[in-house]
Amino acid sequence: MARATGAVKRKPEKRDDRQLSLVPVSSPKKSAKPRPEGRSGKPAKATRPGGKKRRRATAESLATKQRDISVAEFFTKNRHLLGFDNPTKALLTTTKEAVDNALDACEDAGILPDVHVTITQLNGGERFRVTVKDNGPGIVKAQIPKIFGKLLYGSRFHTLRQARGQQGIGISAAGMYGQLTTGVPIRIVSRTKRSTPANLYTLRIDTQKNRPEILEESQVDVEDWDHGTEVGIELEAVYRKGPHSVDSYVEQTAVANPHATIRYESPDGEVMIYDSTTTDLPPEPREMKPHPYGVELGLLLRIFQASRGLTLKGALQNNFSRVSARVADDICKQANVRGSLRATRLAGDDVEAVYRAIQSVKIMAPPSSSVVPIGEDLIIAGLKRRYNAAFYFSCTRRPSVYRGNPFVIEAGVALGGDLSADGPAQVMRFANRVPLQYQKGGCGITAAVTETSWKNYGIHQPRGSLPIGPMAIFVHMASAWVPFTSESKEAIAHYPEIISEIKHALQSCGRQMGRHLRAVKREGEEARKRQYIEKYLPHIGIALKDMLGLTDRQRDAINGKLERLFEKKAR
Amino acid sequence: MPRAATGTKTRRRKPSAKFSVGTIKGAARDIQGLIQRGKMPFLRFPQRSLGNVKYSDKVGYFELGGREVERTLTVNTVKTFAQTLKMMALSKELIEKDDIATKREAYYVSKNWDDARFDDQPESDTVMEDVEAFFRVNREQLGFIPEEKGGEVAGRLKVLDRDRTTGRQLKIDLTRFGSGAYSIPISVEHLGFDTDAKFILAIETAGMFQRLVKHDYWKKARCILISMGGVPTRACRRFIRRLSDEKKLPVFVFVDCDPYGIANIYRTLKVGSGNAAHVNEYFCVPQARFLGITPDDIESYDLPTHPLKEVDIKRAEDALKNDPFFRHHKPWQKAIRKLVKMGVRAEQQALAKHGLNYVIEHYLPRKLRKREAFLP
Repeated sequence: MARATGAVKRKPEKRDDRQLSLVPVSSPKKSAKPRPEGRSGKPAKATRPGGKKRRRATAESLATKQRDISVAEFFTKNRHLLGFDNPTKALLTTTKEAVDNALDACEDAGILPDVHVTITQLNGGERFRVTVKDNGPGIVKAQIPKIFGKLLYGSRFHTLRQARGQQGIGISAAGMYGQLTTGVPIRIVSRTKRSTPANLYTLRIDTQKNRPEILEESQVDVEDWDHGTEVGIELEAVYRKGPHSVDSYVEQTAVANPHATIRYESPDGEVMIYDSTTTDLPPEPREMKPHPYGVELGLLLRIFQASRGLTLKGALQNNFSRVSARVADDICKQANVRGSLRATRLAGDDVEAVYRAIQSVKIMAPPSSSVVPIGEDLIIAGLKRRYNAAFYFSCTRRPSVYRGNPFVIEAGVALGGDLSADGPAQVMRFANRVPLQYQKGGCGITAAVTETSWKNYGIHQPRGSLPIGPMAIFVHMASAWVPFTSESKEAIAHYPEIISEIKHALQSCGRQMGRHLRAVKREGEEARKRQYIEKYLPHIGIALKDMLGLTDRQRDAINGKLERLFEKKAR
Repeated sequence: MPRAATGTKTRRRKPSAKFSVGTIKGAARDIQGLIQRGKMPFLRFPQRSLGNVKYSDKVGYFELGGREVERTLTVNTVKTFAQTLKMMALSKELIEKDDIATKREAYYVSKNWDDARFDDQPESDTVMEDVEAFFRVNREQLGFIPEEKGGEVAGRLKVLDRDRTTGRQLKIDLTRFGSGAYSIPISVEHLGFDTDAKFILAIETAGMFQRLVKHDYWKKARCILISMGGVPTRACRRFIRRLSDEKKLPVFVFVDCDPYGIANIYRTLKVGSGNAAHVNEYFCVPQARFLGITPDDIESYDLPTHPLKEVDIKRAEDALKNDPFFRHHKPWQKAIRKLVKMGVRAEQQALAKHGLNYVIEHYLPRKLRKREAFLP
């Protein structure tokens, strides 16, 4: 443990000279730059003299050093891959992993989520405790250590359906980060039903072996809490406001999850409560077999090898969606491979032929039941939770497919009201209801928003930029397999099918908005006209009265007649 | 009393002394009638631009063309429409009370019109010109008078005016003004003339006028000198016209040789303005002839010059292309083209190059010996 902590303290010092406060250094100006050089230089010199006489290494000597790399060890060295690049982001990622798990668990169990997020700053420094408590189904006692104390352990990796988490890496990685930076173990309290008490665990991850080490295991009484899970992680972090903050994550999560109640207590002691605005739980996404179009050669090979006792035709029919007997025959024929061959005994060439055949055979689009959009009404309900705008618009597209994966794009726009009129529109990006807060520039959603021509809808837009005006734009991609640009799940890849769908959704919102803005403008103009007429028309009567010596009644008659003339014309 | 036709019938109203309160009332009654019949009222004006002006030698001045604009009461015109009617009402009041108002005063009167008031004077001037054109009269007939002075006169002339308190005739001998000069009043219709001069010389600048007065040029040449001070005012034009008509005197014009002197000052004096073509009949001097300085003079007198500015060239080209007067007269086209080609202009004072009194001793006498060579 001591070693692990030491390792971490070294790292930020090398990579991140901005975070001087993490490392106690007497003279900050000198420290950052010269040190790494000096360090790498000295040991090299020291070993040189010996190295001259003999070969540096032999195959045998190398062999003694070659061994398994634990996933956990890999993570400690490559934590940026999972979103722990810096202390600010670490706080966000930790909160996010815990909340995503909580929401997934509640929805799986058909429970309206009620999630409490508490972030407490400890002894004034860069140490925080993140506690996330949900009202989900809870976790069976035996599973708790594995879920939280082992990387790559989860329920979703092997299924193809829409969910927030996927790899079973997030929460344990967060726990490990906490453990590495503070030495404090992860603490879990979980209860599955009223009749049993809650189980409390404190766990440490054995980073060498990637397995949980149980420090404490007990049963506790919890009041007014029938079922659910509470996770507590202590970590070194920095709390900041802004678009990358935990505050923003909670706000945006509230927008995309109008069915969830979220209570959030920030390190400042501010409490934000988002009560659910609907009691309808999103329908449960169906599990889906992979669609042949989305399968790569390696996966195809693996699937066939696992299809013990099946023929090629049978393996195709059994393991893929939308492959009927006829489609399977077509594929075999096209590949020139007999369908009656045993799947496990197929030669590599044959598998490749089948793979190529799949691309040329016409196969029905995958079922969209694995994808659950938020829905147009609920998007508006969600937007209303965060913005006090004058108008809201939304659009949910019909399911579409990229590389055999069904997906649904949704967009929403909040306009006017309290939204700031100067500066570009705020863009909220979501993948499976999870806000994407980093890598705005590299995300397909941002590209689609920029490429949409907002001028058509009466919104100012500099060339190649985001539109400008009092508006917030919401884009959600729901899919069993969202193509992220990296493992830290921060941006959606630029697939043309996806970009085009996003643009269509935005255009639909834009058209609604344009119609609306035009109506508002027209009304304003009419009011202005009416006012203008009311202001000047009486003077015509007055002038005629002056010239012709009319009575007041005659003057009023003229003006009355003129007013009616204008009214008639307006109609 | 001819009824002012507003809209339904278009009748040409000639400017005439018969114009009166009744004409204004007639127009108002027409508008009232339209409203009562449930029709949007409208006013019809002659189009006021150089494009709606005709010129023929026989008539001798710019005549109003047939083009008219109709201003129907709409949301966009309601303000000006109301203001035009208010201006008519003000005119009626002035005539009835035998009062007058300057343009500036009219603008201030409007400040009492509540929302229909004018925000600045150009606005009220335009509406006043609209009313003038609508009735096809001279604004003095509406009770409105200009502020600007009419110009100055010196020479062998007695002006017959009336003492305003006693009503006795006054005989103003312009030879007795010494080094000063007689100012043309705003209204000149009542004046009479007595003179033995041979011609009238209208001069652009006060400087040149002063020189000629100082050296008693009018005595030697037996003429009347008039300083126009730039583009002549209506009163100045009317004064020259009446004097010339009554005493059968030729009028010669002496201005700078540049497009402004030719196309603005001389042209306006001779045939009137494009903007107020409905009154040109009275405010023009068709018998005026152009003495100088001509583009030819620049060469033959070897005058110092300045290059033409871009606005000068534009003005010259506009005159050649759009001005019916210059389009009518070939010699003028030739002269203006020559000037543009030379690319220079010369001022009256440029003659001083040859000696301060060269203009008196040589230039004018030499020019006046060949009057038939003056440009039309």
